Amino acid sequence: MDLLQLIATKYNYCLYIVLMMIGLYAMIAKNNLIKKVVGMSIFQTAIILFYVSIGYKHNATIPIIQGDHGHGTHAAILAADYINPLPHVLMLTAIVVSVATFGVAMALCVKIYQRYQTLEEDELRMRLSEK
Amino acid sequence: MKVLAFIIVCLTGGLLLYGTGELPGWGDPASPASSHLSNHYIEHALEETQVPNLVTAVLADYRGYDTMFETAVVFCAGLACFLLLRDFRPKKDQYYRHVPTGVVLHVKEDAGPIDVGREFEDMDKDWVPADTIIKTVCRILIPFIQIYALYVVAHGDFSPGGGFQGGVIFGASLIMIGIATNLKTLIKRISEKFLAIFSAIGVLVYIGIGVLCMVMGGNFLDYGRLSPIFGEHHIRALGMLGVEIGVGIAVTAVMVIIYVNIVSEGRHDEGL
Repeated sequence: MDLLQLIATKYNYCLYIVLMMIGLYAMIAKNNLIKKVVGMSIFQTAIILFYVSIGYKHNATIPIIQGDHGHGTHAAILAADYINPLPHVLMLTAIVVSVATFGVAMALCVKIYQRYQTLEEDELRMRLSEK
Repeated sequence: MKVLAFIIVCLTGGLLLYGTGELPGWGDPASPASSHLSNHYIEHALEETQVPNLVTAVLADYRGYDTMFETAVVFCAGLACFLLLRDFRPKKDQYYRHVPTGVVLHVKEDAGPIDVGREFEDMDKDWVPADTIIKTVCRILIPFIQIYALYVVAHGDFSPGGGFQGGVIFGASLIMIGIATNLKTLIKRISEKFLAIFSAIGVLVYIGIGVLCMVMGGNFLDYGRLSPIFGEHHIRALGMLGVEIGVGIAVTAVMVIIYVNIVSEGRHDEGL
């Protein structure tokens, strides 16, 4: 009962845990290197989801100040009216890093395939032990 | 292995789920993440930086160092792809197609390349005739995509957008040329040297603005010090715009570098 209530009220956290575990499982158990890289991507997406859901506030709008800008005649800005911009900034940069790591991982996969003609982990291990 | 992985995943997931009970409720305005620093950003960023988009204000001003090194990370990713994959050995045999007759020429290594133009066109291993519909649609779409990318970069201070997003959109438009025609057309339009120089220029623009602030007597990336050059009005927004342009240039160039190197396995002759 307690667990059900937890899932009902904090389902954003549960969703990120499910996604993260899918990514972790793919990284550990999958045999193909491309599938491992995809698992890493899912893992990173789960973390992005976690951070963005932390920044959410009820009855608040996106963090762009509304109204007449730059003339000093602003009504008081209330922090409760705008969602937290900090997780968004952190995740903006995290997305960029995930693209960069994805690109480098793909480059490594291409290089491995050029040399061993396979991306399956057990075959790679066999080739390596032959030498 | 699969059973072991499943056990590990279940254990980790269970622990995380157990810890979730202690986390603040979803959308709670008084949660720790939304109660200390972020309130200062929301309430004071507009008067301190004159930028209504708080994400840009935090990204390019309060956390300027972070974003600078983020751009350096992107640059390093492009560099890593280049160093891992780039292969300067020329391909042994070249194939050309004589367009009016459809005859395929097989040119050996010692014969040298043929000028590609109206008469001859390049052929890949798995060459298919260029599709007129795809080429035409891309030719019409690409300028609009690029203008939209420039808008996203330039308007990042006032609406959702910024250097990273605009750079990715611009890079996608360039990659589209490569997909719609072939890789050689893309390389001919935007040479490798050009891309390499631009990915470095993007980072240098960012660092240069920071150094310029130091030369004017302020701290690194203290845009307010640039007011003798650019005027007092919205000076921090202008500084952020300059920084975002640098980020956009770097991200565009690195996207294309990663694409070109991966699809052609570093040989820059044929790919998707």
